[in-house]
Amino acid sequence: MTDATYNSETTSALLYLNDISVSFDGFRALNELSFVIEPGEMRAIIGPNGAGKTTMMDVITGKTRPDTGDVFFEQGKYDLSTLDETEIATLGIGRKFQKPTVFEMHTVEDNLQLALKNDRGVKATLFWSSSPEQETRLDEVLETVRLKHLRHRIAGSLSHGQKQWLEIAMLLAQDPKLLLVDEPVAGMTDVETMQTAELLREINRTKSVVVVEHDMAFVRELGVKVTCLHEGSVLAEGSIDQVSANDRVVEVYLGR
Amino acid sequence: MTSHPLIRMLDRGSTLFLVLLGAFAIAIPVLNLLVPATSSLHVSTYLVALLGKYICYGLLALSIDLIWGYVGILSLGHGAFFALGGYAMGMYLMRQIGTRGVYADPILPDFMVFLNWKELPFFWYGFQNFGYAMFMVLFVPGLLAFVFGWFAFRSRVTGVYLSIITQALTYALLLGFFRNNFGFGGNNGLTDFKDILGFNIQADTTRNALLVISCLALGLCFLICRAIVTSKFGKVLVAIRDAEARTRFMGYRVESYKLFVFTVSACMAGVAGALYVPQVGIINPSEFAPANSIEAVIWVAVGGRGTLIGPVLGAFVVNYTKTFFTTGLLAPYWLFVLGGLFIGTTLFLPRGIVGAWAHWRAGVKEKSEAKRSAEAEDGMLPTRGSPSTQPGAAE
Amino acid sequence: MPGVVINMRGLFDRIRIFLRILLPSAVLFVAAVANAVAGPYEDALPGLTTDSYSDTAAALDQVSGSGSDLAAPLLQALKDQRLQFSAVEKKVLIKTADGKLLDAATGQPFAGTPPADLSNVRLNNRLRNLLDAALGSLTLMAADPNKRYDAAQSVFKSRDAATMPVLEKALAAEQNARVKAALMQAKAAIVVVTADAPAADKVAAIAVLRDRGDQDAMALLQTIPANAPPDVLAAVTEAKANIERNLALWGTVQNLWYGLSLGSVLLLAAIGLAITFGVMGVINMAHGEMVMLGAYTTFVVQEVIRTRYPGLFDYSLTIALPLAFVVAGAVGIAIERSVIRFLYGRPLETLLATWGISLVLQQAVRAAFGPTNKEVGNPSWMSGAFDLGGILITYNRLWIIVFTGIVFAALLGMLRFTRLGLEMRAVTQNRSMAAAVGIRTARIDALTFGLGSGIAGIAGVALSQIDNVSPNLGQGYIIDSFMVVVFGGVGNLWGTLVGALTLGIANKFLEPFAGAVLGKIAVLVFIILFIQKRPRGMFALKGRAIEA
Repeated sequence: MTDATYNSETTSALLYLNDISVSFDGFRALNELSFVIEPGEMRAIIGPNGAGKTTMMDVITGKTRPDTGDVFFEQGKYDLSTLDETEIATLGIGRKFQKPTVFEMHTVEDNLQLALKNDRGVKATLFWSSSPEQETRLDEVLETVRLKHLRHRIAGSLSHGQKQWLEIAMLLAQDPKLLLVDEPVAGMTDVETMQTAELLREINRTKSVVVVEHDMAFVRELGVKVTCLHEGSVLAEGSIDQVSANDRVVEVYLGR
Repeated sequence: MTSHPLIRMLDRGSTLFLVLLGAFAIAIPVLNLLVPATSSLHVSTYLVALLGKYICYGLLALSIDLIWGYVGILSLGHGAFFALGGYAMGMYLMRQIGTRGVYADPILPDFMVFLNWKELPFFWYGFQNFGYAMFMVLFVPGLLAFVFGWFAFRSRVTGVYLSIITQALTYALLLGFFRNNFGFGGNNGLTDFKDILGFNIQADTTRNALLVISCLALGLCFLICRAIVTSKFGKVLVAIRDAEARTRFMGYRVESYKLFVFTVSACMAGVAGALYVPQVGIINPSEFAPANSIEAVIWVAVGGRGTLIGPVLGAFVVNYTKTFFTTGLLAPYWLFVLGGLFIGTTLFLPRGIVGAWAHWRAGVKEKSEAKRSAEAEDGMLPTRGSPSTQPGAAE
Repeated sequence: MPGVVINMRGLFDRIRIFLRILLPSAVLFVAAVANAVAGPYEDALPGLTTDSYSDTAAALDQVSGSGSDLAAPLLQALKDQRLQFSAVEKKVLIKTADGKLLDAATGQPFAGTPPADLSNVRLNNRLRNLLDAALGSLTLMAADPNKRYDAAQSVFKSRDAATMPVLEKALAAEQNARVKAALMQAKAAIVVVTADAPAADKVAAIAVLRDRGDQDAMALLQTIPANAPPDVLAAVTEAKANIERNLALWGTVQNLWYGLSLGSVLLLAAIGLAITFGVMGVINMAHGEMVMLGAYTTFVVQEVIRTRYPGLFDYSLTIALPLAFVVAGAVGIAIERSVIRFLYGRPLETLLATWGISLVLQQAVRAAFGPTNKEVGNPSWMSGAFDLGGILITYNRLWIIVFTGIVFAALLGMLRFTRLGLEMRAVTQNRSMAAAVGIRTARIDALTFGLGSGIAGIAGVALSQIDNVSPNLGQGYIIDSFMVVVFGGVGNLWGTLVGALTLGIANKFLEPFAGAVLGKIAVLVFIILFIQKRPRGMFALKGRAIEA
């Protein structure tokens, strides 16, 4: 599946995956997957269950090591397959999980404080105190995700949709170069879904985004390039209309 | 998170706790030394030693709570750090005996003479010096915790796996310290202490002084714990406890956080052990028994983990009950009570005494607030779902 | 015709004794009576009546050299402290096991009143040694090949040159290959220690010892002085090297055997845990107490048998097995239903609650049976041992290994081929899916936990045979069991098997270097480090399964 345009040394890509294979106990979760995200791009990933979407995220964020293949970040500057989660996060890759995971016992404000771009070291946090710039930034983020009125609420008491937004807010606070967003609208109402699409487009103005989603209406709403994964490799790539017209995609994923 | 660190640290509960601790540290010696023995208010020296022991247990419980309550690391081997601190103090006290031992050897402790050892093993060097011994009280448990934690946390051993290997750790130490050739008195451990810093260890004044010092140590460690858990560092700890992977993906080096707090906790346990030994007059390998470590965990659970005051309270309550049962006719029933405490607390009081109380208070406050806001017909606040997650429930 | 009378009486006696005791020695006795004539044997007897060690020694020597068929029973009696004498009447009497008195001179029952001053012929250590050697040489001709073998071994140990003639005779007559080899070795032992034996004989003897190849042979070779003829010395060097190799080999085999034995005990204790912890993910700290309950069930079964049906003793374990399974399984189900089911998904709380349960169970057993060790007997088929090459194999260890294998295989089969096993696997892999296809998950949880506990109970029956049955029995196994399961890899029975055997064998191989305690510490430290390296054990599941 290797394409001539993929060239690891001279790539201008922000994220560059080449020939990635991962298997678990004989099951091939990723099969020679190759895939590129350009700076500033937003990409939607679709595909049936077990297509390797989550495993792909795991490989990018350092949770799973690829058996073979290259993962490069920022024009081939960093080889992600040699770094761990913390290092990759510090490089500027933020990840939102499929299941919303916020720190339930902390307030919305504390959740964001923890996420704000700052020194993550032990000493720094032990002797940390807030600064006005930090407060401003925090207000901005709260404004973006429309959670300002819930600032002092315990995160555990938020509704499902609010938790999803809080998690996106935390990603924003981290100020990453690339956001990986796993099923952001699962369990949301239609209105919330549209608002989320808007939010992601807004974020995309400054950052690259990869969205994994099943909701085709949402993907259509995003209006970006779509990649369809199947059995661990790319089945089709292109605009939403091109992909939905692809026979193979219809067969394995969309259904007739 | 915006207020001054000192104000953050000393909320109402903490201040009350420190005041009570201070009052205790003053009242007990006064009641023992100044109130005549005939008075009904007199506190016997036996009770002073007993309470001093409880304070040390309270400090041990506090150290366990710091890692269990706030980071979710359940150590079943904290008794090992406690015992190591105790052994360091015991070695100092042994060296102070000098020629007053049964064999009157100026250098070698009795058990070494008895085993026909000719010279002091190198790891006993320096323990005649109080400062060095106190350094070792912190250093040895801290070092062990650091090395163990460095391996364990880097390899992401978590949850029950970590609990089980901490248990194996203390078990291995138990087996080792039972051996005579380890050089720590084998089965009998270290005992027959004479004096500490020149004061007779049996004297009433010394006992009271030890109690006061124990209270000071507990107060100081409490403040340190408070400072840790109210800082941003503490918030990271709770974040790790509730969603470790998330914290990692946010760029926090989880293992460094765990390692730091685990080592601090081990040092505190070591201090508790060091203060415990002169008050009970003996340290032997049974302190390493895994059962002891687990028993200390239940003090924390009963008092309320994740509250700092809870574990101290729990240590007092459980140990008072233990003393009450084991010194009377009820002795055969003590293990039933202890076992029942383990089962009952986990099933019916998962937050512990302090946690349950705080939860109840919060509930009352919330209700009255809701009432007030309803009266003010504001209606802006959406109804609050009660947070159902329990601390440490997430794995 | 006195001879005839004696013969007639002898015949009657023969029949009577034959019918009564059925002992071969008794037959010998009677046969001996027929040709009882005064000889060295009879002459020796007065020496036994003086109550002097040196006289006894002289008499002993004389008796053993007499060739009389009465000699062996007399010596045996002396050894068993059943030989009595009367200094006044100058009589030596043998007291039989059932209290009858026989005249040592004739082997006939002693008629008349026993002398008033009867007392035992006393022995000291020197006499006992002499006696063993004498008995050894005498039984070289016994009818039972096992007796002859033992006798040859005892001559080998005593190396008494005086037995040489008897030995030669026995060797010439011996048909049994095993006994013959033993006799050859005995002879070689004597030759080697005899200073004036010809060098060629010695070399041949050394070769025999080399082939024997054990510690005793080695010790014998050490006694050969350095000034022996060169060809003898060369043979000694060669033989020693040979024996050392042999010993090292058998030492390894022995360690393997001990390791296998320890490993099977670990496996037995851990296998129930592999179900509750490995398959269900429940941390049951009261697992050891399930083992203890199994052991106490065995104790109770044996008590009932002892008092009511003594004949069934050999079946006690067979009876105890299903009972132990039911008792421990029922307690397990009760624990699961009353405590653990409220704590699913909260492993640390489960750990604490089950620890509490273990304390309660221990104390309950202590209250019911007392704190001391209980005596649980080995049935006859579990006791004893046999030699296999250079190692001694005890039957109880052997049976425990066999038993562990059976339990393991049965469990594997149960999980793989039964409906319950299928449902168990379904529930542990995907609880909600299992519930969706109509499996009653709560029931399966209880049954799985009951199964794990029941197996622990069965383990208790086996462990009661090799360990002290006390309320603390389970405590000794809990840490080891967890180590085995974690080491082997959670959720994998084969991992548990390999883990248990590896740890058992590693422990036994470390012991000679480090001693039992340090060996154990080393193994613990190794596992602690190993878990750091592979947190999910040797045979860990990978991928999505571990996220559940």
